[in-house]
Amino acid sequence: MEILNEISRYLQQGDCEKVSLLTRQAIEKVPPKEILDNGLIEGMNVIGERYKAHEIFLPDVLLAAQAMHKGMDVLKPLFLQEGLPTLGKVVIGTVQGDLHDIGKNLVGIMLRGAGFEIIDLGNDVAPEEFVETVQREHASVIGMSALLTTTMLVMKRVIELIKEQGLKDRIKTIVGGAPVSAEFAREIGADAYGYDSAHAVEQVRALIGRRSS
Amino acid sequence: MRKIAKISIDATEPARNDVLSMQGIPINKKVSTKTVYLFEKSMRLYRTYAQPRGIFSEISIPAFAALYTGEALNEERTPLDTIFRRADNLALFAVTIGELVIEKIDELFGSNEYALGSMLDSVASAGAEKAADVIEDFFYNLLAKRDKANQSTKILRYSPGYCGWHVSGQKKLFAYLCPEDIGITLLDSFIMKPLKSISGVLVAGKREIHVFEDSYPICRRCENHSCRERIRLIMDKT
Repeated sequence: MEILNEISRYLQQGDCEKVSLLTRQAIEKVPPKEILDNGLIEGMNVIGERYKAHEIFLPDVLLAAQAMHKGMDVLKPLFLQEGLPTLGKVVIGTVQGDLHDIGKNLVGIMLRGAGFEIIDLGNDVAPEEFVETVQREHASVIGMSALLTTTMLVMKRVIELIKEQGLKDRIKTIVGGAPVSAEFAREIGADAYGYDSAHAVEQVRALIGRRSS
Repeated sequence: MRKIAKISIDATEPARNDVLSMQGIPINKKVSTKTVYLFEKSMRLYRTYAQPRGIFSEISIPAFAALYTGEALNEERTPLDTIFRRADNLALFAVTIGELVIEKIDELFGSNEYALGSMLDSVASAGAEKAADVIEDFFYNLLAKRDKANQSTKILRYSPGYCGWHVSGQKKLFAYLCPEDIGITLLDSFIMKPLKSISGVLVAGKREIHVFEDSYPICRRCENHSCRERIRLIMDKT
């Protein structure tokens, strides 16, 4: 459908006004879920692929994400009762003792762009808060960020809490941040490691796919 | 000597290439007009909100040796452990570009202006590095006035949290330097507040003392090996 292609195209160009306008026009003739999937998320998927291929860079991705946000603002009231359809819920936060949140913010933005619902707990998040929130929100993934070798150790405590409460089969964890490595992720029992925001999206897709299979 | 240094915003304005490289854009890569616009707008915001400040305090090698042991959590063998003992002069330092820029970045993310928030974050990080460069120059000029620095002198900075110097080393560094006097505080997790702050030791000596092979045990876990570029630049100038 041409209007959905246009929404995708202008989203990729980061044109917030055009995406908002076209989304408003589209809802008169296209079901909102189709606009979401084949216009907005489709556009962000193209952005994600081009970013992974190093054809475009972070500013382009974030401008596209902003445009997607504008489109979602138009669609949200139409999903008032059941809420926006999502691929799954992810709880994210920077661990206790750590205030760095730019990386976590970028992951949240990319995950939203990919169609996930994000509950962002901010920074300095206690292990208990991660685990309580993921249960309360019926989310399936916890994403944790840390920027210091001292604070990344808190990630292990979160995973231990999940195990102690018998939730390991239901709740998956992904970790990331400058001092974090795939090896560290394995050592602490995390289910995945994201070396950057685009990789984190791939990993979360795989985790949620594994969980639902 | 201990000195609180006035640092002008102009002196901390980062180069475009440095900022764009923090955004993952290769050097001299042609960028979109939108990216250029984001960069220019974030630079204007930086000039409005940045409050750069710095402090340094000379320290003897024996005093630094005691400080460097920190909380006894350093790696067993580190490059700095050899480097500082060969230095002619040492000084502890800390710089910050202040809290207002951080608040502005948070505000931009909060209002979904992700691209500008992210670009300003990169400008601020690069600006903090430039502020540290200014402090290095202060130290060099101080030494030069005393005839303790010349063309063969190279000053490089080393910070806790890198190359085997455990981040808890901030504790003794803060106790000695007292960067609280310029508004930098240390949290229990050894994070500095404001976030865009840098601290460490300035090591002044012959260029060769800073040259090492990145084959220490800690180097195996390093993701970026930024030491290689620093050392390459030193070798190019010798």
